[in-house]
Amino acid sequence: MESFFAWFRWLYDETGINLPFLYDSYDRARMLSGFYTTVWLSAICLFFSVIIGIVGAWLQGSPYKWTRRIVNGYIQFFRNTPPLVQLYFFYFAISSLLPQVTTEYGGSAPLIGNVAWAIISLSFFAGAFNVEIFRSGIDAVPQSTVEAANSLGFTRLQIYRYVTLPLAMRVALPALNNNLVNLVKTTTLAYAIAVPEMLYVANQIWSDNVNVPEMMVLLLISYIALVGVLVWAMNTWERKLKIPGFGT
Amino acid sequence: MSTRSGAEAGNPSGSLAVLHNVKRPDAAWNEGCGPFRLHGRYGLFIAAVFLVSSAATWAQAGAAQPSIFSVLVKWTPLLFSGFLFNILISVMAMAIGTVVGAALGLGQISPNPMVRWVGYYVTQFFRNSPWLVLLFFCMLLLPFQFNLGGYTVPLPDWMKATFGLALPVMANVSEIVRGAVNSLPSGQWEAAESLAFTRRQTLWRIILPQCIKRMLPPWMNLYAILTMATVLASIVGVSEVMTLTGEVLAAEGGRGDLLVPLYAMILLWFFLYCYPIARWTVVLERKYAVNT
Repeated sequence: MESFFAWFRWLYDETGINLPFLYDSYDRARMLSGFYTTVWLSAICLFFSVIIGIVGAWLQGSPYKWTRRIVNGYIQFFRNTPPLVQLYFFYFAISSLLPQVTTEYGGSAPLIGNVAWAIISLSFFAGAFNVEIFRSGIDAVPQSTVEAANSLGFTRLQIYRYVTLPLAMRVALPALNNNLVNLVKTTTLAYAIAVPEMLYVANQIWSDNVNVPEMMVLLLISYIALVGVLVWAMNTWERKLKIPGFGT
Repeated sequence: MSTRSGAEAGNPSGSLAVLHNVKRPDAAWNEGCGPFRLHGRYGLFIAAVFLVSSAATWAQAGAAQPSIFSVLVKWTPLLFSGFLFNILISVMAMAIGTVVGAALGLGQISPNPMVRWVGYYVTQFFRNSPWLVLLFFCMLLLPFQFNLGGYTVPLPDWMKATFGLALPVMANVSEIVRGAVNSLPSGQWEAAESLAFTRRQTLWRIILPQCIKRMLPPWMNLYAILTMATVLASIVGVSEVMTLTGEVLAAEGGRGDLLVPLYAMILLWFFLYCYPIARWTVVLERKYAVNT
C-alpha cells in the first residue's frame, strides 16, 4: 500500500500532477474525514427530509383548515427562498436569538452548532419538496381504494399508514429519487457555515498545496460517485417495490 | 367527485341519496385549499414575522443605537441594487444555459450514436455535480482575462460565476428538451415520415413547436431554482446581495439584533420574486395539461 502511495509522490515529482490526498497521510486523513462527513450529513438529512415529507403529506390531508395552511406556508416558504439564505438565516440570525451554553473550557458556545444547523436547514429545505412529492403520489392513489379502506373501518391514520402511503410511495419514488440526489448536492452549502464536509476539506487542501484543478476533478468525481450509488440504490428499491399492474 | 357534485347540486350536507357519504381524508384538497392554491398572504405572513421580529429585537437593544428601521431604510438601496445584480446574473446564466442546453438536448436525441453518447454523458455529468462545486470550478480555473485576436478581454468574477451557474442550467435544459421530445407520441414522428418530411423538417416544424408548451413550465421552474442559486456566488466572492448583507452587518458594527431583520428581508425579496414564477408555472402546467 505504501508503495502505491509513494508512486503518486513520484507522479508529482515527474509530471506535476499533485494528489496529496494519496501520498500525504495528513491530507489523506483530512480528505477521508471530509468524505465521511458528506456521506453522514447526506444520510441524516435524507432520513429527516423523508420523515418531514411523510408527516407533512399526511398533515396536508388534514380536515383542519389551519393545519393545511401552515403546511402549505412552510412548503412555499422553503421552496421559494434560496437554501443558502435559509442556512444563513438559521445559523446566524436564529442562532443569535437562542441562549448560549458554557463549554467545558469556560467559554460560551451557541446552543446549536453549525453541523446541527446544517442538518436542520437542509432537512427542512428538502422536506418541503418531499411533501409535494408524497402528496402527488397520494393523489395518484385511486379514490376507490381509499373508500374501500374507509368502508372496512380503517381510521384516517390507518388508511394513510397501511393503504395510501405504500401505494403513494411507489408513484412518488422517481420524483423522490430526483430530490434526494438534489439533497446530496445541496450538502455542499454547509461549506458556507464551516461544516468540514468534502468541499470544505478540499478547499483547505488546495489552499495548502495550490493544486486546484486536481482537487476539483476529485470533487466532481466523488460527488458523481456518491450520486451514482444513491441512484443505483433507489432504482433497486424501486424495482423491488414494483407491483404488476400498478403505476407505470 | 360524487361528494362534490352532491354538494353542488344544492345538497348542503353533501350526502347522497343512496350511499352514505364517504368521508374522504383528502376531499378537502379539492375544495379551496389545494396544494398550489396559495395566496399572497404567505408573503404577508413572512413580512409580518419580519416586522414583529425586528420590533422585538429593537426593544431588546434599547434606544441608544439607531433603530432597526432606520438602519434598514438606510441600506435598502444598496442591498436592492445587489439583489438586482443577482437577477441580472440569473437572467444571463439562464440565457447561456438555455442556448447551449437546447443544443445538448437535441444532441441527446440525435440519430448519430456518438453524438447521442456525448450528449448523454455531458448532461449527466453536469446534472449530477453540485452547483457549488461547479461554481468553484469556474471561479478558480477560468482565467481572469484572455486574448482574443490581439485584444485582452477581461473576465470579471461575476462573469465567471455566471458561466459556473450556466453549466448546471445547461444540463437541466438538456434534460427538459430530451424529456419533452420523448413525451410526444411516436405517431407524430411516423405521420411526419409518411408525409415525406425530412428529419430536420420534422424536428423544427412538427416536434419542437409542440414541445415548447411542455418545456415552458419546467423551464420556468428551473429559472426559479437558478435565481435562488445565484446567492451561491457570494461564497466565491462576487459582491451580490448576500456579500453586501455581510458588509452592511460589519459596517453597523456587528449588531446582533440586525441579523434577523436583514436576513429576513433578503428572504422576503427572493420569495416575492420566485413565488409569482412558481404560481405562474402551475397555471401554465394546468393550462397545458393533457387529459389522458
